[in-house]
Amino acid sequence: MDFDLMITSFPKLLNATVVTLKLLSLSLFFGLFIGLFFAILRLRKNIFLNKFAYGYSYVFRGTPLLVQIFIIYFGLGQIEYLRTTILWVVLKEPYWCAIIAFALNTGAYTSEILRSAFQTIKPGFIEAGKSLGIPNKIIFYKIQIPIAIRQSLPAYGNEIILMMKGTSLASTVTLLDLTGVAKYIISTTFKPIEVFIVAGGIYLFMTFIIHNLIKYLEKKYSYQ
Amino acid sequence: MNLLAFGNTGWGDELFYATLMTIAVSITAMIIGFIFALIFTPLKLSKKKYLNLIGNFYTTVIRGVPELLVIYLLFFGGSGAIMYVASIFGYNEYIEINAFLTGSFSIGIISGAYSTEVFRGAIQSIDKGQFEASKVLGLKKKIEFFKVIMPQMLRLAIPNLSNVWQITLKDTSLISVTGLVEIMRQSYIAAGSTRDPLFFYSFAAVLYLLLTYLSMKLINRLEVKYNRGF
Repeated sequence: MDFDLMITSFPKLLNATVVTLKLLSLSLFFGLFIGLFFAILRLRKNIFLNKFAYGYSYVFRGTPLLVQIFIIYFGLGQIEYLRTTILWVVLKEPYWCAIIAFALNTGAYTSEILRSAFQTIKPGFIEAGKSLGIPNKIIFYKIQIPIAIRQSLPAYGNEIILMMKGTSLASTVTLLDLTGVAKYIISTTFKPIEVFIVAGGIYLFMTFIIHNLIKYLEKKYSYQ
Repeated sequence: MNLLAFGNTGWGDELFYATLMTIAVSITAMIIGFIFALIFTPLKLSKKKYLNLIGNFYTTVIRGVPELLVIYLLFFGGSGAIMYVASIFGYNEYIEINAFLTGSFSIGIISGAYSTEVFRGAIQSIDKGQFEASKVLGLKKKIEFFKVIMPQMLRLAIPNLSNVWQITLKDTSLISVTGLVEIMRQSYIAAGSTRDPLFFYSFAAVLYLLLTYLSMKLINRLEVKYNRGF
């Protein structure tokens, strides 16, 4: 055991953790909107919209995240037309490509989580709102969404942890996140176990925090 | 579609073999995962505190750390660990482990952690009366497990195991970083030499979709089979 290496690599890995957290929070933020959008489409009776949303979530859940990142980072740059548009400012940066891929991926999972949450809402709640003469829009925002959020908390907590692990793939498109830096230190020192303990410890610590945060929220918003 | 021609002019046959490699790695990893689950599920269900701790340590660490990090650990540390063990037995030559084995083993460790959780949940949801009844009948532990508990456990575990299979199948794309030529690695090579990454990565996505779709169909059949009588 090389304890010196563990101590010297700790600040470097901690710095890289900031990148990981930035990637995670940005992709979760965009992913939540994407997920909500597609979940609402799934609830529509229009077959075309419904199938479109289903296809989106099927494709993104059925293929590895790595393929999605590579298509966006390496693949989209190949389209000449894209290079002339304003989109290219975003798509030439590996950082934003990774975030786009993560957001689309987590959006697909989130849409499934939210859809099942919407579907488990008892019809009585909506009917009660209707009989009170509340407009449909307000029923949706004030009754359905809060209940759905509470319902989907446990599953969404898992999704956050999965996404946190997913951000490690950013290291494959040259980003130096926690895994990227860990790999760099491993390949220069050839001490995989020590680096794994430190980097893995940081990841586990983040998992622990997220897990407890979700538990706290679940308790706070449980029906009494 | 010339890019996908079989033979020396296209990448069709290479991608076909790469797909077979992905399937082979996934199945091997799944089997290795079952072996891990067979070891760690009893530990997690054990009444002894320290055995419990070992089981929980395994599933928590593996499920809380990115797959890529586990793969790097085994890829860079695997041959070192084996050489160390070999040196104890007096063998000091350089040993290089096969990429297929490192890959399947690292994905196997990961899928094992998920399988352990699935089996634990399935066993815990079997009615207590089943255990008591087999004890009253004086069945041996082995027969109790294989003839009473396992058939019921499998029925409950199959839907969740199909999720584990999907995760495992998708995780195999990560071992392309170790150089094993599976779908992802082959697409990377093809994309590099033809300068057509969009096509090849999209094709890889289609291949993965096809694999997940077909395996879902197969698993649904298994589910029906184990659910007869319910």
